Amino acid sequence: MNEKIKTLGGLFFSFIKIGAFTFGGGYAMIPLIQREVAEKHGWITEKDILDIFAVAESTPGPIAINTATFVGKKVGGFAGAFLATLGVVLPSFVIISLIAFALRQFRDIKAVKYAFNGIRAGVLALIVKALVSMYRQCPKSRLSYALMAAAFVCAAFLGVNVLLVIAVCAAMGLTAALLSERRGKA
Amino acid sequence: MIYLELLWTFFKIGLFTFGGGYAMLPLIQAEVEARGWMTQSELVNFVAVSESTPGPFAVNISTYVGAETGGFLGAVCATAGVVLPSFIIILIVAGCYEKFKSSRIVGGCLAGLRPAVVALIGAAVISVGKTVFLPYSGPAELAASAAIFLLSLLLVFKKLHPIAVIVISAAAGIALGYAGII
Repeated sequence: MNEKIKTLGGLFFSFIKIGAFTFGGGYAMIPLIQREVAEKHGWITEKDILDIFAVAESTPGPIAINTATFVGKKVGGFAGAFLATLGVVLPSFVIISLIAFALRQFRDIKAVKYAFNGIRAGVLALIVKALVSMYRQCPKSRLSYALMAAAFVCAAFLGVNVLLVIAVCAAMGLTAALLSERRGKA
Repeated sequence: MIYLELLWTFFKIGLFTFGGGYAMLPLIQAEVEARGWMTQSELVNFVAVSESTPGPFAVNISTYVGAETGGFLGAVCATAGVVLPSFIIILIVAGCYEKFKSSRIVGGCLAGLRPAVVALIGAAVISVGKTVFLPYSGPAELAASAAIFLLSLLLVFKKLHPIAVIVISAAAGIALGYAGII
């Protein structure tokens, strides 16, 4: 019993640390999670952690949350999943609540407005960078390019509901996979 | 009821987020704009704040939109909403992930989702680009913000840390602002 409470407490604090010390989320978190969960505490083997990242990437939801829930479940069951997820969210929640309050006090100051005019242009550059790196990771096939172009036009210019765009792309990918499988068998 | 609305909206956002980060931006923009919760430039300003504070982007932005529209309880509801789909789905998948990993259905869906994520980030570039350039009409203003964008782009591809890029673009904004250009 004592051992179990110790593990659950350890999970909670490890994921607080992971939430508090990673900037930019998602992929930036992977090395820290690996160190805490596999190397330091030995809760999960190196091979299993790679599998967990692969699943976290391919299920809906932010990668950080998916990984926290998965590791927590594997190490400490439902309570572990709950505490690890709560832990990874808590630092963000506290910090952002404070910042939201502060921004409200400062946003009408002239210098802050000017700063954000510049910052928005900087953010645009960061998003362009994200676009380039996601494009590089994307499989290069005719289907892939066709979906990319159609989804881009629908989402950026035609105002099609984004949820619909995502659902249709997933359905098209699935259909293409099943069709090529059937052709393979015939 | 703003709390339920926040919970439900961010539940949808969490459920349809793949690959994390900026791919969810068009989704958030559409939802937040449709409900009049925040202006587009406020949202883009917050992307910078989120880059400069620890924690996953999805959680940061949910907490922020929740806090702005419904105070503390709003922040709790929005954050719980974005986390809940992950939590439920992973609890289900964790029991059978060997099967999940090698599933052809999952693989097929992902083959369609990867290009969708690229397209959505492309859409984010367009909509964020609008908040950067559309408010300006004079050529000097446009040239100034284009200059900040190009400088940032150069720094980003030189692998400068995102926080450094944000600090530099903020300094450029302040300098050009007090010079009366933007």
